Amino acid sequence: MAFLTTVYAFLFYFAAFVLVAGLVFRIARYALTPAPLKIPTTPAPTTRGGVVLRMTREVVLFESLFRGNKWTWIFGWIFHFGLFIVTLRHLRYFIEPVWFPIQLVQPFGIYGGLAMIIGLAGLWARRFLVDRVRYISAPSDHLILALLILIGVSGLLVKFVFHTDVVAIKTFFLGLYAFEIRPLPADPLLLLHLLLVAMLMILFPYSKLLHAPGLFFSPSRNQADNPREQRHLAPWAKRLEQGRG
Amino acid sequence: MAKSAFRVPPLSQYTEVPAIMPGAMAQSAPFVSKAEFQEPLGFPGELVDDWQARAIAKMGELLGKYRSLRVYLDACVKCGACTDKCHYFLGTSDPRNMPVGRQDLLRKVYRRYFTWSGRLFPRLVGAEDLTREMLDDWYSYFHQCSQCRRCSVFCPLGIDTAEISMAAREILDSIGLGQKYCNEIIGKVYKVGNNLGLPGPALRHTLEGLEEDVYDDTGVRVRYPIDQEGAEILLVTPSADFFAEPHVDGLIGYGKVLHESGISWTLSSHASEAANFGMFIGSYDNMRQIALRIREAAIQLKVKRIVFGECGHAWRVAYSFLNTLAGPWDFLDPRYPVPQHICEFTYDLIQQGRLTFDKSLNDDKVLTYHDSCNVARASRMGDMPGGQFEIPRAIIRATCNHFHEMDEDTIRDRTFCCGGGGGLLTDDLIELRVKGAKPRMDALNNVMQEKGVTHMVAICAICKSQFTKVLPYYGMEMEQILSLHQLVSNAIVLTPGPDDEADEDDDDDQPDDDPDQE
Repeated sequence: MAFLTTVYAFLFYFAAFVLVAGLVFRIARYALTPAPLKIPTTPAPTTRGGVVLRMTREVVLFESLFRGNKWTWIFGWIFHFGLFIVTLRHLRYFIEPVWFPIQLVQPFGIYGGLAMIIGLAGLWARRFLVDRVRYISAPSDHLILALLILIGVSGLLVKFVFHTDVVAIKTFFLGLYAFEIRPLPADPLLLLHLLLVAMLMILFPYSKLLHAPGLFFSPSRNQADNPREQRHLAPWAKRLEQGRG
Repeated sequence: MAKSAFRVPPLSQYTEVPAIMPGAMAQSAPFVSKAEFQEPLGFPGELVDDWQARAIAKMGELLGKYRSLRVYLDACVKCGACTDKCHYFLGTSDPRNMPVGRQDLLRKVYRRYFTWSGRLFPRLVGAEDLTREMLDDWYSYFHQCSQCRRCSVFCPLGIDTAEISMAAREILDSIGLGQKYCNEIIGKVYKVGNNLGLPGPALRHTLEGLEEDVYDDTGVRVRYPIDQEGAEILLVTPSADFFAEPHVDGLIGYGKVLHESGISWTLSSHASEAANFGMFIGSYDNMRQIALRIREAAIQLKVKRIVFGECGHAWRVAYSFLNTLAGPWDFLDPRYPVPQHICEFTYDLIQQGRLTFDKSLNDDKVLTYHDSCNVARASRMGDMPGGQFEIPRAIIRATCNHFHEMDEDTIRDRTFCCGGGGGLLTDDLIELRVKGAKPRMDALNNVMQEKGVTHMVAICAICKSQFTKVLPYYGMEMEQILSLHQLVSNAIVLTPGPDDEADEDDDDDQPDDDPDQE
């Protein structure tokens, strides 16, 4: 088993590196690219505080999507909220001692897993059933849904059907922090679950999963509506002004 | 009903979402610009030989200059929330007129040349080479977007197709494939000062005619001054206001309001255009050059304030961009926002009780109000978010007795574009314009049937021209579209001035206030 353990250890080092480095690179590029004009979709808040509130509503409640399409909203929100709960639940494998709020969330994590799958199934169904959504779906749009559903299903199976040694898993991941390779349980379903998660981490900075950081940089949502009060000038636009009377 | 070479969609009670018909509007494309219209704007005269490489290079340049473009091309998750929001899709059924379908034309090429996944696995992620066919699709479909931003309201990531369309048009211009309508017009602004190419003497003549007309109608001398140095306010209005119907009735209204305010004002022949077509073609440089004419006029005429007339996309550039493009405005009166909308100006006077109206003079009409897309979703009026919806309505209620709203899904920030915005108001796109008007026509027809509405009011020169043209295709009358300040003009009770016949005893403490004195 030592060989598989080593492979997985390096897989997760690699995946974590790609995820972090890729995201840092992407986010830095979003942040460094200027937004030369004020383009909030109005009515928009006129202050920074208002923008924080608007953004919070978008991130937590998917406010615009709610106005746009109720089916996509309900499935999308169920999926994302489920994923959020599941992620919190999984934190116990990566921290010692386990924080109290993470302990509290444990029993709900199971429902989060189910919610995730229900939401994903609904979103996938729309890709087949609604002609407009079918038209815009590329193979990658289907594959990413398949990947997420497989992660959810394999995770729930490990939990409910084919139990594994969760203490050993935690030992394995905590060992990675100290660059120590400790044995990983050799249950096929667990290995599949972990492989898929590593794939998701690697894909994240190179796919539409970038919508997560992207939202925070979306000028139509993150700009305050105050163009008459404050002059907004990008560095490249400022250079055009040199020599102006 | 007007004759047409295409099928006008039948009106329905509520606009239904059609089944997709790929390629339904593939034939629609505006006339290509000639070299004489390209070169004054700094673009190649015709499609350059190495257009593919230069288009990709331009895309790379824009990705570095516009965060919106970079984020929006990456962030789309293909959720479909936008797919039934565009009036051009609802009217034509062409899936490339779904906002995401339109964006994907650019996104496919972006992925192919600028992302690892697209370079390595193009088919998997839907990446495509920039072929001649793709270029033609760009030209066709990025001229089927009126940059109205309705899609951006509903997108969970706030993706604004207008930004994508502007970038695409900028790329097309940079390789010599410009659109004749927009680029010819921008050339006229540089040469003459306005979109319609009306020179100063023609404007003066028109304005003198207006003064005579208003005097004949009311017995009050209302001035329509131009190039009057030292006036307090510079009024910048779309050039259609100088002669087109119903636009000119709005201009008459602005003059009457300004007359009642007692504040001196002037138009400018140098900046005789509020609209800024530089935005339509996504060209910061051209947009800036056009905007700077307003700065130059303000300095030259030594005004203290700038007020814009009724114009939708113009108000977007004015409200959202003018400070960026042509500011800072530190030489103007700091007590007033720069610029102000004529509706804000009129509304303030109403609030102060300085205007008197006889609402019954509009009793021959039952009104509804069309929120112009760029006023609604890309600007504001007044101090509060949403003032762009409330202030025009407050003016309508102050001047009319009979007003009804259209369906909630078609007003305020969910308003539908008239179908002619964003540089599409040209006869070579008439099929697109008629079909794109359908959602608005459905909603209008609905209130006509149910509430007896007779007229629709708008505050945008493009909306007014577009509806005048397309209403007859739907069996309605072109006169059913009105300027907001036309209602003001009808109902306002004018105060006679010192040189009017009606009064002898009026104040004569301003002996030299005749602005047209030579």
